[in-house]
Amino acid sequence: MSKSRVPAVGYLVLDDEQPHLRARECGDCGALYLDRRNACARCSGTRFEWRPLARTGRVRAFTIVHRAAKSVPTPYASVVVDLDGGGVVKANLLGVTDPAKITANLRVRLETVSAGQDDDGTEAVAFGFSPEPEA
Amino acid sequence: MSDSDIWIIGVAMTPFGRFPEKDLIDLASEATLGALHDAGQTMQDVGVVAVGNLYEAASHNAQRLQKQIGQTGVPAYNVVNACATGATAFRVAMLSILAGEADIGLAVGVEQMGKMGLLGGAARPAADHRVYEPRGRYDSVIKTEGVLGTGLMPGVFAQAGTEYALRHGVTAEQFAKVAHKNHAHSTLNPLAQYRKEFSLDEILHAEMIAYPNTVLMCCPTGDGAAAAVLVSGRRLRTLAPDVRRRAVRVRASAMTSDPWTDAGTAQPDVNTLTRAAADQAYERAGLGPEELDLVELHDCFATAELLHYDNLRLCEPGGAGDFIDSGAPWRDGRIPVNASGGLLSKGHPIGATGVANIFEVATHLRGEAGERQIAGARLGMTHVIGLASACAVHILEAPAR
Repeated sequence: MSKSRVPAVGYLVLDDEQPHLRARECGDCGALYLDRRNACARCSGTRFEWRPLARTGRVRAFTIVHRAAKSVPTPYASVVVDLDGGGVVKANLLGVTDPAKITANLRVRLETVSAGQDDDGTEAVAFGFSPEPEA
Repeated sequence: MSDSDIWIIGVAMTPFGRFPEKDLIDLASEATLGALHDAGQTMQDVGVVAVGNLYEAASHNAQRLQKQIGQTGVPAYNVVNACATGATAFRVAMLSILAGEADIGLAVGVEQMGKMGLLGGAARPAADHRVYEPRGRYDSVIKTEGVLGTGLMPGVFAQAGTEYALRHGVTAEQFAKVAHKNHAHSTLNPLAQYRKEFSLDEILHAEMIAYPNTVLMCCPTGDGAAAAVLVSGRRLRTLAPDVRRRAVRVRASAMTSDPWTDAGTAQPDVNTLTRAAADQAYERAGLGPEELDLVELHDCFATAELLHYDNLRLCEPGGAGDFIDSGAPWRDGRIPVNASGGLLSKGHPIGATGVANIFEVATHLRGEAGERQIAGARLGMTHVIGLASACAVHILEAPAR
């Protein structure tokens, strides 16, 4: 039994209702960043505010990784996703290893996944994407 | 020739491969002494030294090289710029001459990677008692490689390739055709790390590394060095006729880094900066892609070469798949690409690559490329890109005949 859960990365918000990603948005030009910032790489502005990102988006690029470090189960799909309304992230595409299943603009939805436990029993929670059922 | 032109009067490269019996400076010395001999010069004539190397950069290899082959007190620069390291060293020597600080410059690229493997890096030992703590700029509590996608080179260039493929309908077989060509080209290059031809079927069915790139579509790691001797137009006029007769003119030299793009925050964008560098180079040279006789471009993975057909304006926009299908980039095609075998088969000792490309194109322009010579080549382009990112494009012109 986990004592507690922590997000694997700071840009994942573990809201029980709606886990989602967040970005630092440049107050001057609107550029979005997932990392800690010194200034905006586009306009050099220095004002940032957190902005929640959409849980859905479209696959922009992918690969199926077959050779990886021993600790990483293979094969797995890595995707670059254009989130609806802005923001681009990289993550695993869950449950897909056949490249033929990944088509242009495939719609995907964010899911959380367990990424292990530390020696105090704290669980790290990461995220991935799953293809959305055809409408 | 104008005073402000830059010319290449000597080039050399070691064979690329694995040379555990040599150290980095053995490799650098071999290439340097070869290039100086080719130029009819010695270290005593050189006014600036620039040495590019990635993995031993903290060892200050420009000075280590001087201490083996000639300490003359001239400015020495140690250059690191990802896979564009060698090309950046070339530009440092060039810019020093243009600034008037030297008349003759030496640019060296060298690397000794051994068998470090495709993925690079070594595992860190595990802590005794592991407790999650946010680390780094993403406040990560775990290593995210393989959990939040892949950021290793094979996967990054695979994703760069599929982004183009999803947009323009390129097939895995079309990507494999790039490797088919480059392995075939390498059989004619005695300096290549590998000189074996593979069938398209063998390439497609080799071990998959990161779809669509199989192991035969990924460049190897290796050891090697290349060097070039540069000179100002003013100084060239004073050199021996045999040196002037073989001098290759640098028609354009352009270097770019990443401009901001929205997707660049998730994965490096290898296209935008390459397009910008190519456009600047064409503009400075006052010519277009249709005038090039050969191109050596940065095929670290087969997917990368296909993208760069488009980025370097060698094909119609979106038409890179059709371009490889047409046979245009084969050595007997409309615009031969990577007649050397490219990084895929000639090899990619990282720091050496950006000077080795210049060696290759200059050698063809001089008509001295032996069995692999592209007949009558007058204008050639070199291109390298390293993730950080840094991109360099040069356009070189043959000596007047």
